[in-house]
Amino acid sequence: MTQGTFSRPHSVLPGFNLALGYTLFYLGLIVLIPLSAAFIKTFSLTWESFWTTVSAPRVVASYWLTFRTSLLAAAINAVFGLLTAWVLVRYKFPGKRFIDALVDLPFALPTAVAGIALTAVYATNGWLGTPLAEMGIKVAFTPLGILVALTFIGLPFVVRTVQPVLEDLEKELEEAAKSLGASNWQTFSRVIFPTVLPAVITGFTLAFARALGEYGSVIFIAGNMPMVSEITPLIIITKLEQYDYSGATAVAVVMLVASFLLLLAINTLQWWARKRRNEEKV
Amino acid sequence: MVAVLSAVALPQATVQRKPVRKPIPWVPIVLVTITLLYLALFLFVPLAAVFAEAFKKGAGFYWDAIREPDAWSAIQLTLIAAAIAVPLNLVFGIAAAWAIAKFDFRFKSLLITLIDLPFSVSPVISGLIYVLIFGLQGWLGPWLSEHDIKIIFAVPGIVLATIFVTFPFVARELIPLMQAQGREEEEAAAVLGASGWQTLWYVTLPNVKWGLLYGVILCNARAMGEFGAVSVVSGHIRGATNTLPLHVEILYNEYAFAAAFACASLLAFLALITLAIKSLVEAGQHKEHQK
Repeated sequence: MTQGTFSRPHSVLPGFNLALGYTLFYLGLIVLIPLSAAFIKTFSLTWESFWTTVSAPRVVASYWLTFRTSLLAAAINAVFGLLTAWVLVRYKFPGKRFIDALVDLPFALPTAVAGIALTAVYATNGWLGTPLAEMGIKVAFTPLGILVALTFIGLPFVVRTVQPVLEDLEKELEEAAKSLGASNWQTFSRVIFPTVLPAVITGFTLAFARALGEYGSVIFIAGNMPMVSEITPLIIITKLEQYDYSGATAVAVVMLVASFLLLLAINTLQWWARKRRNEEKV
Repeated sequence: MVAVLSAVALPQATVQRKPVRKPIPWVPIVLVTITLLYLALFLFVPLAAVFAEAFKKGAGFYWDAIREPDAWSAIQLTLIAAAIAVPLNLVFGIAAAWAIAKFDFRFKSLLITLIDLPFSVSPVISGLIYVLIFGLQGWLGPWLSEHDIKIIFAVPGIVLATIFVTFPFVARELIPLMQAQGREEEEAAAVLGASGWQTLWYVTLPNVKWGLLYGVILCNARAMGEFGAVSVVSGHIRGATNTLPLHVEILYNEYAFAAAFACASLLAFLALITLAIKSLVEAGQHKEHQK
């Protein structure tokens, strides 16, 4: 199995060197070298100036805002995503196929379009913004607007990670629980929920990671007030527009490290979920 | 007594069976309603708003907004960027999937993680890294300006940023699919004397055609719709380096709302077509699966 790292494995199939060589070349050229540029650029900064940039009050306020709105949006999507997946797998109702297809809209709709559409709907003169404003809730141009945008872009993740698990779920398990006298709620909380939990957590983390870096859909609805509704990606843009490349890169590196740690978490979670599913099948 | 009377009065009543009353399924009704409300708030209403705002000033205004020269050049640039980025990432996806699915080597899972990397990078940073390399103050900046080559604030930068953000789409669709297909068919073809290209063209690709199509349409949707990354490298030069999403932003910031939504509706329409093709592809996959 394990030959030398990149030496040609014993196989009757041709093309290993060409395929892997091209893969590594293209990966390096498009992704790895440019990404490393961000890290190398920060080494040109002294530690003090790096730290002053990334710990400035306005920047720290943006981390906190980005973090808490992303976390909350992912949590909303975890709850309602599980519900949506359940409804789509278990119940029949008119227009189900259409709705199932439309769940992926946030993946296909350009973020700028999502941004202006949500702003139009949730502004105080918009379709949903008007009744909400009458209730005293202002959505657009507040942190609540950011939450709405981040919920939109993270919507498909939990639905799409949970759906296949629910489809695979064996009916016998539930029937056994019911025949042993479990109520509907007990069957759900003791049998179904533990099975889908890894998928829910994976979807939650994916939605959270996506929300942290989101830019296009947020900037239109956020109002972008420093210290109040300014997200971290916007800080990078602002610094770039002022030709402060080192400052922009320093903030970018903080974000990159955060998202790499999340990526590691996602991979571990998916590995865990796969392991659990395989164990159950055996 | 009453029963007998009514039976006499309506002879067919005894024949007609009383409909068995099922209990009203309250739980499904409530759950479906909540789900539809949630999807309406975040998906249906905003989507409808795009088209409603676009046609607010009438169809004539809509056509003028789309045919306006700046909008037209933005549409062209968007098409060009996608036409370059999608085929390049398609070739990469096939090469990566061939190497990963058909051979064993060390650090394979690390390679898969690295391929997924662009998905976890903020779009803004995806643009920034190219500015750091090709920008005026970047690594290659002085050399490029000496030779009068423009990459940042020009079309090549937009294409590069688009390639970066759509990098994993085809590969991540093909890798698990080709791993699941196994190697027997390719090995049989090779033993029977097919060349590598013949094996790829006649055996592997027909087996994964649905997944390939799926990856390509998602890749294309993202390529045409990318905003953050392209915004950083574009420079927003009207009629020259504006893609359609950037043009939408400019119009919107100039309070030309109806025109902004008219251009946005083109992109929304593209998204709907993407979703429609995606459903068809999934149906095709499902059918093939059942064979």
